[in-house]
Amino acid sequence: MGSQGGFYQSKEFLDLVKSIGEARSKAEEDRIVLGEIETLKRRISEPDIPKRKMKEYIIRLVYVEMLGHDASFGYIHAVKMTHDNSLLVKRTGYLAVTLFLNEDHDLIILIVNTIQKDLTSDNYLVVCAALNAVCKLINEETIPAVLPLVVELLAHPKEAVRKKAIMALHRFYQKSPSSVSHLLSNFRKRLCDNDPGVMGATLCPLFELITIDVNSYKDLVMSFVSILKQVAERRLPKAYDYHQMPAPFIQIKLLKILALLGSGDKQASENMYAVVGDIFKKCDSSSNIGNAVLYECICCVSTIYSNPKLLEFAADAISRFLKSDSHNLKYMGIDALGRLIKISPEIAEQHQLAVIDCLEDPDDTLKRKTLELLYKMTKSTNVEVIVDRMIDYMININDNHYKTEIASRCVELAEQFAPSNQWFIQTMNKVFMHAGDLVNTKVAHNLMRLIAEGFGEDDDTDSQLRSSAVESYLHILGESKLPSVFLQVICWVLGEYGTADGKYSASYITGKLCDVAEAYSSDETVKAYAVTALTKIYAFEIAAGRKVDMLPECQSLMEEFLASHSTDLQQRAYELQAVIGLDAHAVESIMPSDANCEDIEVDKNLSFLTGYIQDSIENGAQPYIPENERSGMLKISNFRNQDHHETSAHSLRFEAYELPKQTVQSRIPLTSLASTEIVPVPEPIYVREIYQTTTVPSASSDAGSTELKLRLDGVQKKWGRQTHSPATSTSSSTSQKTDNGITQVDGSNTSNSRTLETYDSRKQQVEITPEKQKLAASLFGGSSKSEKKPATGHKISKPSSHIVERSHVRKSSLEIASEKKASIQPPPDLLDFGEPTVNSAAPSVDPFKELEGLLEPTTQVDSAENHGSTAAATKSPDIMGLYTETPAGIYNKDDSDILSGLSNPPVRNMLGGTRSMQVAQSSKGRNLKNSLEKDALVRQMGVTPSSPNPNLFKDLLG
Amino acid sequence: MIHFVLLISRQGKVRLTKWYSPYSQKERTKVIRELGGVILSRGPKLCNFVDWRGFKVVYKRYASLYFCMCIDQDDNELEVLEIIHHFVEILDRYFGSVCELDLIFNFHKAYYILDELLLAGELQESSKKTVARLIAAQDSLVETAKEQASSISNIIAQATK
Repeated sequence: MGSQGGFYQSKEFLDLVKSIGEARSKAEEDRIVLGEIETLKRRISEPDIPKRKMKEYIIRLVYVEMLGHDASFGYIHAVKMTHDNSLLVKRTGYLAVTLFLNEDHDLIILIVNTIQKDLTSDNYLVVCAALNAVCKLINEETIPAVLPLVVELLAHPKEAVRKKAIMALHRFYQKSPSSVSHLLSNFRKRLCDNDPGVMGATLCPLFELITIDVNSYKDLVMSFVSILKQVAERRLPKAYDYHQMPAPFIQIKLLKILALLGSGDKQASENMYAVVGDIFKKCDSSSNIGNAVLYECICCVSTIYSNPKLLEFAADAISRFLKSDSHNLKYMGIDALGRLIKISPEIAEQHQLAVIDCLEDPDDTLKRKTLELLYKMTKSTNVEVIVDRMIDYMININDNHYKTEIASRCVELAEQFAPSNQWFIQTMNKVFMHAGDLVNTKVAHNLMRLIAEGFGEDDDTDSQLRSSAVESYLHILGESKLPSVFLQVICWVLGEYGTADGKYSASYITGKLCDVAEAYSSDETVKAYAVTALTKIYAFEIAAGRKVDMLPECQSLMEEFLASHSTDLQQRAYELQAVIGLDAHAVESIMPSDANCEDIEVDKNLSFLTGYIQDSIENGAQPYIPENERSGMLKISNFRNQDHHETSAHSLRFEAYELPKQTVQSRIPLTSLASTEIVPVPEPIYVREIYQTTTVPSASSDAGSTELKLRLDGVQKKWGRQTHSPATSTSSSTSQKTDNGITQVDGSNTSNSRTLETYDSRKQQVEITPEKQKLAASLFGGSSKSEKKPATGHKISKPSSHIVERSHVRKSSLEIASEKKASIQPPPDLLDFGEPTVNSAAPSVDPFKELEGLLEPTTQVDSAENHGSTAAATKSPDIMGLYTETPAGIYNKDDSDILSGLSNPPVRNMLGGTRSMQVAQSSKGRNLKNSLEKDALVRQMGVTPSSPNPNLFKDLLG
Repeated sequence: MIHFVLLISRQGKVRLTKWYSPYSQKERTKVIRELGGVILSRGPKLCNFVDWRGFKVVYKRYASLYFCMCIDQDDNELEVLEIIHHFVEILDRYFGSVCELDLIFNFHKAYYILDELLLAGELQESSKKTVARLIAAQDSLVETAKEQASSISNIIAQATK
């Protein structure tokens, strides 16, 4: 453990952590934390606290805050800590402030100066710490204070610093694009950094920039493609490999970028086909990271200009995802399917049963994803089934956020594809009843408008729509507790069309409306809608020449509203009263029947009042002065303007007063000089160079411009191994690879064919239930069996050849391995050595893995033996193994609180003098020695593995 | 973009929180409670992803500890799952078979490591070696400082004997 593990904190702090661990309830935990806050408040304000103590207090504050309590009383101390000269203390200070403060906190202004100083420090660790803080704390206002310093750091000799500077600049761009708009070329430059980490970090800002403005980055297509190609060909240092994949995180970022650049651009896309296809073939679909890259490939293929071959690869990958047992992969498969059906809708059909399985899966996440897919593939033929499914799901969830979303989706689909009015109205009713007030009011207004305007076919169907709406609403009103939005719709529709078809009498409708107003007396909006609806009904009655007698309940309601506290309600009630008193002719002109869709002309100048004004002025009234000419207002607006000016003039200045910034300026040429080392041209020339590469519309890949190749070479030399040959040989090797590519595809296909086959046969055995088939038919509109059969027949032929190939591969890899064992060499060289043979024998990724599998155990044994000899205790690992086994077995089910076994008196000797740091440091990863040491240490701390929660001791990666 | 990282134990106790997007203390507590409820109650064979307020939360359980990251709708879930694993592998290498107890008592170290891995909500470094090297460089400073401190205190102790 040594430098890593040690529990350096004081006993007090350890006690705190332990007692929190032992707390049996949230309340108890809160009590302990509140006590701790009191202690800290007292301690932290004492004078002359030694630095180490202070450091610990700050970490305790972080702990308190992490547990959800307010530690703001100590923020200022954390800020002070960043001013310290010792990096140790400073680092703690920076950690604390980045955890405590959001970018809009007042204290940030006190840190800016320190950050400025630290960014120019000659210790790169100080600079790194400051850059971490910059990313979190600097806001729009303070960007100018650090921007020049950060830009300067882009050319820092340490790659860690350059990387962080890039990330900081990206953050600045996110916060205030205008502040760094003149510096964007720096990102392009850093793309050619000779450290892959910096290059990888640069992809983040570039991705964002390209998302915003694709066209200004089209020139980089070839650069991205070549980088991706190099990554896929394992030209990056081994340290970037992750689970045998070459720099997968960088690959994913690049694929994302390519997707953006290739979207709708045939020429750019054509440049990408080869490399994307290559990655498809190279991806190891048995590991999670391989699938992550595959998924990104599918996303890329579905957005760039489509290519049949790649689409085929993508479809293959999707079917592998969907047929997998892992829920994660199914989820990704469904998502990918949703992307691909936009381009090739027919692909959904072959996966219909898989999709339905996912739809009926108990896993909520998967179900939602599937509903999303269904939403994307809705047509007028399957809308009923899909919307029904969605509503069923909606009824059963509590998650308001998602309910809102799915409700609006239902509405959207219903509006777009509704097969009949009846169905449409009923669907909308269901959505409103179940999603209630979560439905956006816009949706409600849309519905009203739709009912009013109809689907625009002919008047007959429109009035049918209205009548069926009225009918269903009158029915629904019987239910108790309807959501407010829905009631508003109901009232409005009843008011407009309640009596339109003559089926219901005015008194019946008004009675219903009064019921609504009474039943929901606490909802003013609903009441207002009801009153207006009443007004309309009466107005139509009067206009039709019928005699109106108001129901007694309605009259009492009106009396109540006339005296209402709500002026809106009052006004509406008075309006109703006034309308009733008018004659038929007047009513018809104020409330024409079915005229809600007609535009109302508004006379903005109020010209009809001119005469009245003229009269008043002649009678001595003051003429109207427009608002902005009035003297009082003038002052205020002026004041505001001034204020605004002042703030802009008085914005914070961070530069020092006395010293002119000559030093900084003199350094700028220096930085550009330094950068020439990486990009051999100063900026303007650099841009031109890139431009040239695009002007040459390279049709074939190897006819690419010479400049491009030169640049590739530069990058290659930086990353590749020394032995790698320059440009000409790479082009030849790639062509070779693509030749091999065909056979490779076969290989990967066959490896799947087995699983495919078993899957299919299992499917057939399982016997698809008729309901499922029916559902499939209604969703996808095709029969499944006829589709399936040829597919299985097609695939059966392969396995035999596959096995042969497999055995061949294994043999060859064994040969290689034996060769290797004979000449004991370090692994990377071995792999280098192995490459050509593998290429010639059987082009597949597998040999690598098997090879490494063969190699690894031996090296591990070696290291284990080494440790055994150095660490005296050779027998102990076994004991340790037994020890961890047994308690886990016994206590596994015991769920009682952690650390309750910690009640032993705490440790005196915290550092545990017995353990030796060197051994621990030299050993990489897991080994028994390590856990043994940790066990010993932890026992000293008073925590024993026999405590009720052995899980705390379980290796996370075990 | 990653909006926040959460480490919660199976009992719902918070082991680490890191917020890359602004959340008030109140919101943070709410988020932890809400997500804890959702994630801890999920069965073992289900997806490692959860829809949450229009974002996606990717989580993975290691022993009794849940690592959660909240991401945007259009991010790659599998990739984030691997970022989590990447983080755990680095922790494992650093602590030497990391267990929950290591993180309980050394949460600040876990923060330092996380700061080398993620920055401003993006993956800044995908090489385990580079991260390990940087952390080691920082730690060596700590060691020298400690030695100095202890030697000074030794001197003082001897002088005052």
